Amino acid sequence: MSSPVETLVNNEYKYGFVTEIDADVAPRGLSEDIIRLISSKKSEPDWLLEWRLKAFRGWQKMAEPHSWPNIHYEPIDYQDIIYYSAPKTAKPLGSLDEVDPKLLETYAKLGIPLHEQKVLAGVAVDAIFDSVSVGTSYKARLMEQGIIFCSFGEAVREHPDLVRTWLGSVVPSSDNFFAALNAAVFSDGSFVYIPKGVKCPMELSTYFRINSAGTGQFERTLIVADEGASVSYLEGCTAPKRDTNQLHAAVVELVALDNASIKYSTVQNWYAGDERGVGGIYNFVTKRGKAQTNAKISWTQVETGSAITWKYPSVILQGDNSVGEFYSVAVVNGRQQADTGTKMIHIGKNTRSTIVSKGISAGQGQNSYRGQVRMLPKAAGARNYTQCDSMLIGNRCGAHTFPYIDVQNPTASLEHEASTSKIGEDQLFYCKQRGLSTENAISMIVNGFCKEVFKELPMEFAVEAQKLLGVSLEGSVG
Amino acid sequence: MLEIRGLRASAGDNEILRGIDLTVNAGEVHAIMGPNGSGKSTLAQVLAGHPAYEVTGGQVTYLGQDLLEMEPEIRAQAGVFLAFQYPVEIPGVSNAYFLRAAYNEIRRARGLDELDPMDFLDVLEEKLKVVEWGPEIMSRAVNSGFSGGEKKRNEILQMAVLEPKLAVLDETDSGLDIDALRIVASGVNRLRRPDNATIVVTHYQRLLNYIVPDHVHVLSGGRIVKSGGKELALELEARGYDWVEDTAGVA
Repeated sequence: MSSPVETLVNNEYKYGFVTEIDADVAPRGLSEDIIRLISSKKSEPDWLLEWRLKAFRGWQKMAEPHSWPNIHYEPIDYQDIIYYSAPKTAKPLGSLDEVDPKLLETYAKLGIPLHEQKVLAGVAVDAIFDSVSVGTSYKARLMEQGIIFCSFGEAVREHPDLVRTWLGSVVPSSDNFFAALNAAVFSDGSFVYIPKGVKCPMELSTYFRINSAGTGQFERTLIVADEGASVSYLEGCTAPKRDTNQLHAAVVELVALDNASIKYSTVQNWYAGDERGVGGIYNFVTKRGKAQTNAKISWTQVETGSAITWKYPSVILQGDNSVGEFYSVAVVNGRQQADTGTKMIHIGKNTRSTIVSKGISAGQGQNSYRGQVRMLPKAAGARNYTQCDSMLIGNRCGAHTFPYIDVQNPTASLEHEASTSKIGEDQLFYCKQRGLSTENAISMIVNGFCKEVFKELPMEFAVEAQKLLGVSLEGSVG
Repeated sequence: MLEIRGLRASAGDNEILRGIDLTVNAGEVHAIMGPNGSGKSTLAQVLAGHPAYEVTGGQVTYLGQDLLEMEPEIRAQAGVFLAFQYPVEIPGVSNAYFLRAAYNEIRRARGLDELDPMDFLDVLEEKLKVVEWGPEIMSRAVNSGFSGGEKKRNEILQMAVLEPKLAVLDETDSGLDIDALRIVASGVNRLRRPDNATIVVTHYQRLLNYIVPDHVHVLSGGRIVKSGGKELALELEARGYDWVEDTAGVA
């Protein structure tokens, strides 16, 4: 009896094109000289160069984490990576008209036109191409309300005090191996500041793309919502198809001051490598937010790409009554590996956190949920709810769950629910008996499984995420 | 409409169907009865193309086509419908979404345009009457948390929406109380037309008080051992399955 829930074919990665464009490239390798070069290319102030060098010196004493994550790869040769690559035309840009048309074409292929139509749709886009930001739309309109949305480099030039105040305040440069590397070499990213009491009137969005071969992408995002402010931020990622691994070590810091609220949504579709596990992105990312009194930080992620994902978007619930949320869908197919989850650190009284994680494993993919919930001694009345569900498609994949729980206050409460299910032949057969193809049936069952997470995404992202899920699992069942 | 000749099928090493012959014409209702383990449900599943069963011999012709060569979804699109004995739950997918997806797949296969959610709502409104349900059922996830009776009613609702040419009802009466049984049976009766046919698989005669068959077949040991009119069901009820098995000489 042959099972239809078997055979695996890797689907075509449709974002795998390369844009031919002249780039200003730093020599391979990492040293203090390279860091000085990056810093001078970006005309940075001395304090930032010093911050980078301090991070670099710390990083040199650290070791790549191999023992605790459930991921397996050869140690990375950090001297074989190019740490800075900029499209040559992209120096000072006043408006979108000055952007290289080839770049705009690339974005059009990715389905993110920077132009007015998108603006009308209410999305302001900051696009990161390799290491520099090439244009930010709709900036002026946001500025009217005092909202700053620009590339990190521009923020360093135009708003140095804000950057200096908050940079590293949530993820210190010494936090971990990849965060330290990022701090030393980060080349661009996005910066958002929402002033007191302002509700950002549109979704802000950054689209990342790795183009040059052998480059690492080390972007850094810093979002500050001042007291009573709120913002929703979207991040999407793709990369060309190449047969070598590329490193993506990003840092995202969220600062939500009293009564502020930040919603951060990611749809990540980096190239995952081929069916033998050759090539693909190493997505080693540190994301963390700090919530002050009555503030709320919500992470939603849909992770379908990357050869390896290592990522734990977290919330430090510093202020009383603050709220942290983590909604995640992680899909592995082919030879993909994901070790992802969250940390909720309850410090203030009556802090609340919710974790909903949906892991889907197909092919020979390995999916691990790793989550930490800590209730510190002063976190009276703190509550956490964790729901962690895994779905298996086929017989060669794996799902793993590593919850860490540490409760130091007797009035804190914590719930953890977990389930593992398998797309059974009966479920598939039922759908097929109603006329649905295998692909449509799987997509429907999986989307149903992820519904609680998708409903947290902004509308247009939710549609994209559903499609992506269908594409990622194409060919996962014969 | 349906011609089954010498059909044999196994699950693993276990041969369950051992040469079934059956002809079903448009407009007819056939009841397949038999004791537990006689192969009734297997026959229903094999007609729908369940991958757990391997067909080891015989032919099945459906509307002039070789049914056994068709994938399950192609059979469904061609008008074969199986009302499951144990309907499957699909968490997170609303009944309305699921039904519309199925409805549109079948329309596409028949060269018709898909219906958008608003137009589909009109279709649904009519069909819900067949099972005496209100619209609130449509926002619930497919069979998730449904009672046994609700699941069976949902099967009949799907049947009403998808308008099959050949419907196979697998133990649709099991687990139903008398009210649910009446609703399910009257639903099936309302869907009877001169151009479609129904095969009712059941262990008990009581469903046949409501859905009156044209032909009754008794299955035993993977073969049809006796066929007759609707009165055969009553006779079985009175005399038990041992009687047919004895007269047919089956151990």
